[in-house]
Amino acid sequence: MKVRVDVMLKTGVLDPQGEAVRHALGNLGFSGVEGVRQGKVIELDLADGTKEADVKKMCEKLLANTVIENYVIEVL
Amino acid sequence: MKAGVIVFPGSNCDRDLAVAFERAGAQVSMIWHKETELPDDLDIVGIPGGFSFGDYLRCGAIAAQSPITRSLIRHTERGGYAMGICNGFQVLTETGILPGALMRNANLKFICKPIELKVENTDCAFLSGYSQGQEITVPIAHHDGNYNVTDEKLAQLRDEGRIAFTYCDNPNGSTGDIAGVISKNRRVLGMMPHPERCVDDRHGGTDGVAMFRSLVDSVVAA
Repeated sequence: MKVRVDVMLKTGVLDPQGEAVRHALGNLGFSGVEGVRQGKVIELDLADGTKEADVKKMCEKLLANTVIENYVIEVL
Repeated sequence: MKAGVIVFPGSNCDRDLAVAFERAGAQVSMIWHKETELPDDLDIVGIPGGFSFGDYLRCGAIAAQSPITRSLIRHTERGGYAMGICNGFQVLTETGILPGALMRNANLKFICKPIELKVENTDCAFLSGYSQGQEITVPIAHHDGNYNVTDEKLAQLRDEGRIAFTYCDNPNGSTGDIAGVISKNRRVLGMMPHPERCVDDRHGGTDGVAMFRSLVDSVVAA
């Protein structure tokens, strides 16, 4: 089974990289880009039957830093 | 005093840190990250700067899961001393031993230069050799030193006198200009600047000497 984990900075945490991308889009002439947030997508190839609770543990322990990041688990 | 310096793949300030401890009078052993236990007679553990595991995933995230790091966590829970510099600070926040997180510098640049720090608290073994409010010059060399904590945590750190250093001229966007923090029991220090890179006249400055000296003196006396 494949699982996709999206990791994003929490709302309110300033994202300097997203901000730089927003600037660059403006420089390219795209007007109206009011905000950009940059995150990570992590795809996991897991043995069938792996429990979602275990994936949650993986996120909590390693894949996301929950001090500054949120994560969303999606079974593909 | 016995100091141990942990070496991860990609650590590159481990020997500088060992020299700084030795110059201050400590006996130093180097500890490879695959060891499962720290030597049990260590007075302090140093977590050096560098790019452990190539900064993959997040700076310090993989090192925080190394076998030796579990032993480091037990060491700090027992009240043992530890100091993490630069990548070592990132490892300490990733383990949760110290609060907050270190994010990409606000200007997105790797910054490598000597900077001015203000000593905010002297009430711990690391900082008793300085005076409150003293300004010292210490080099920084990092891409991810932008210290992030919530407003509540920042207020708590201030109330508890746990901010070790602030930047006189914030180079990286850190919350509250924070350059280093200490643990609640005041025995763990994490900081982005490199005191081990200013312990010899040939380094261009010696403002780091007082830290290693006071540490060796305090811990030997304890």
